[in-house]
Amino acid sequence: MFFTIVRQIIGSINEESPATPMTVANSQATLAIENLHVSVNETEILRGLDLNIPKGEVHALMGPNGSGKSTLANALMGHPAFEVTAGSVHFKGQDVLALPTDERSRLGMFLAFQYPAEIPGVRVASFLRMALNARRTDEISAMDFRRLLMEKMDLLKMDPKFANRYLNEGFSGGEKKRNEVLQLAVLQPEIAILDETDSGLDIDALRIVSDGVNQLRSTDLGVLVITHYQRLLNYIVPDHVHVIINGRVVDSGDSGLAKRLEAEGYEQYGDTTSEGTD
Amino acid sequence: MSKTDISDVGLDNYKFGFHDDIKPVYTSPKGLSEDVVREISRQKDEPAWMLEFRLEALQQFKQKSMPTWGADLSRIDFDDIHYYIRPQDRQARSWDDVPEDIKSTFDKLGIPEAERKFLAGVGAQYDSEVVYHSVREDLEKLGVIFLDMDSGLREHEELVREHFGTIIPNGDNKFAALNSAVWSGGSFVYIPSGVKVDIPLQAYFRINAENMGQFERTLIIVEPDAYVHYVEGCTAPVYASDSLHSAVVEIIVKERGRCRYTTIQNWSTDVFNLVTKRAVAYRDATMEWVDGNLGSKVTMKYPAVYLMEPGAHGEVLSIAFAGSDQHQDAGAKMVHAAPDTSSLITSKSISRHGGRTAYRGHVQVLPDAERCRSNVECDALLIDDKSRSDTYPYMDIEESDVAIQHEATVSKVGDEQLYYLMSRGLSEEQAMAMVVSGFIEPIVKELPMEYAVEMNRLIELQMEGSIG
Repeated sequence: MFFTIVRQIIGSINEESPATPMTVANSQATLAIENLHVSVNETEILRGLDLNIPKGEVHALMGPNGSGKSTLANALMGHPAFEVTAGSVHFKGQDVLALPTDERSRLGMFLAFQYPAEIPGVRVASFLRMALNARRTDEISAMDFRRLLMEKMDLLKMDPKFANRYLNEGFSGGEKKRNEVLQLAVLQPEIAILDETDSGLDIDALRIVSDGVNQLRSTDLGVLVITHYQRLLNYIVPDHVHVIINGRVVDSGDSGLAKRLEAEGYEQYGDTTSEGTD
Repeated sequence: MSKTDISDVGLDNYKFGFHDDIKPVYTSPKGLSEDVVREISRQKDEPAWMLEFRLEALQQFKQKSMPTWGADLSRIDFDDIHYYIRPQDRQARSWDDVPEDIKSTFDKLGIPEAERKFLAGVGAQYDSEVVYHSVREDLEKLGVIFLDMDSGLREHEELVREHFGTIIPNGDNKFAALNSAVWSGGSFVYIPSGVKVDIPLQAYFRINAENMGQFERTLIIVEPDAYVHYVEGCTAPVYASDSLHSAVVEIIVKERGRCRYTTIQNWSTDVFNLVTKRAVAYRDATMEWVDGNLGSKVTMKYPAVYLMEPGAHGEVLSIAFAGSDQHQDAGAKMVHAAPDTSSLITSKSISRHGGRTAYRGHVQVLPDAERCRSNVECDALLIDDKSRSDTYPYMDIEESDVAIQHEATVSKVGDEQLYYLMSRGLSEEQAMAMVVSGFIEPIVKELPMEYAVEMNRLIELQMEGSIG
């Protein structure tokens, strides 16, 4: 695989043919989370969470600080610090929890990070090309990749120079979020989890990022939008809204539920304080 | 396919570790004595002054004690080494004239191919002697000399005598003394005034014999306004016992000249690599050392630049990679001997599997060397908890009107970095390799493309099996 790295670093060219899109049976095209229990440092954060995200739908998960939103995101992606103690997650007929993080990604899952890691010396374009190749059966050519990247960057109104910057290094909060959505656009997963993608964005950036996500909405993509505030949901209008309190989904509804929460707050669900963290 | 395994492309072993069965025409008996030194000089039919230089060096070697401030050298047994092995009788100017078995070695290393593609000249040393040498004809016509050191001495004795041993005297340190006593091979490079050699000259050093000491000696003279980029690569077979490589490289860069010297050292991990490299730079001249240490058991090497006149600039880009049982003690030395001189040292080291790296640097500013600038940056990356990295930055500043900066960082490959990259579908090994390539990127981008590829390839090779 060093060839991959070397090629991407020096940008040499090789032939390729486009990947064929995966077709799956409908029943399998749902991210199915059942009775999920997750602990961090031996403190239980998720306490029996159930949630289904079918492809083609946008679900929002809202909840106060400490309710377990980010824990869910990281547990789904397989962060080693999050220990699943009970429950199951299935996608496309696979036991997701049995897979390492990279295989979950290649299965079609994607997490837009709240706090993406900085990787000095690795350019956005090199990284993205390698990540894209990791999920294809044949490598994309340098020219085709360039074209794809520029198209997606245009979608997110990003300066082409951005592609040559080192991954997340010295990025502003807004740039990091935009870069996460750029990866979503290029890698074209089937299930995308957006973890607090609105935090740290000013109103213009929020609009651009939301527009980008909206343009990616399709029958091939299921989205879980995790947010503390209703604000983001004015731009990315969800098909379903779920409320998470103390590690469980306690309420579900349509986009009207988000508006009601905005007006009434989380107190209606009782004591929302938890010893866990988000 | 993007998920090409390293095993698929045959890089899962030290692939230069093969040895070829060559019958040398001469092998000196093990051990070092005046007789051995005289025999080497006699076989080379050297002028008397060179024999004297060697014998004097031998005395210096005997008197000097082993350096104890760096890596552990106690396993070197000077009595168990062949100091001179002559693989063939005469040197070839064409690969067709190189004996088949020796040529096959260099074929496996890709040298003739590289020469056709992107080199201005090639020298290939096998054990003690340079077996092949050539330089592009147009450069020869311009007066460029690129010979092995022995031929250089024969054909340009006055030029050699004027400079040989002037930058690194025969008693400079124990290993420079050893080299001065038994040196053989290496390159003699002379770039005339105003001549800019646009593509690199490459020397390739190969140890084939067991218990061998290779002591090449290189002298590079860059006349005013001239430029050269000299590249050396080194490999050796894997044996159960140790070999010793102890080179001396002297470089003179005259007014406004520029010399870049790139080393990609990939000795097998039973080689003690103890090298003295030093350059002097005159008015407005630039000397750059790009020093990549990936192989060897122990390396001690600190390329130096003496900035002799105003405007001189020195740079060292050092990269070291230490795996299991390897100790890379590398660094740089800058001596600001004149006002308005500048230097830059960038060091990157990576340790894994219990490997040990050290940055050892010395920046010296002599009295009255006003307005000097020096910038030292050394970063270490640790792949696991068993590995180790040390920093020894020495500063010797005898002038107050100077700007000296030193920055050092040590980092570990972070779990969050690996998790992030893996969440995009990269395997753990790919993720680790990506963090490492990013870490050395500032240095790799300074290399010509072919060497950048080679460097990445070697790093990748080193990363193989580093997980878990």
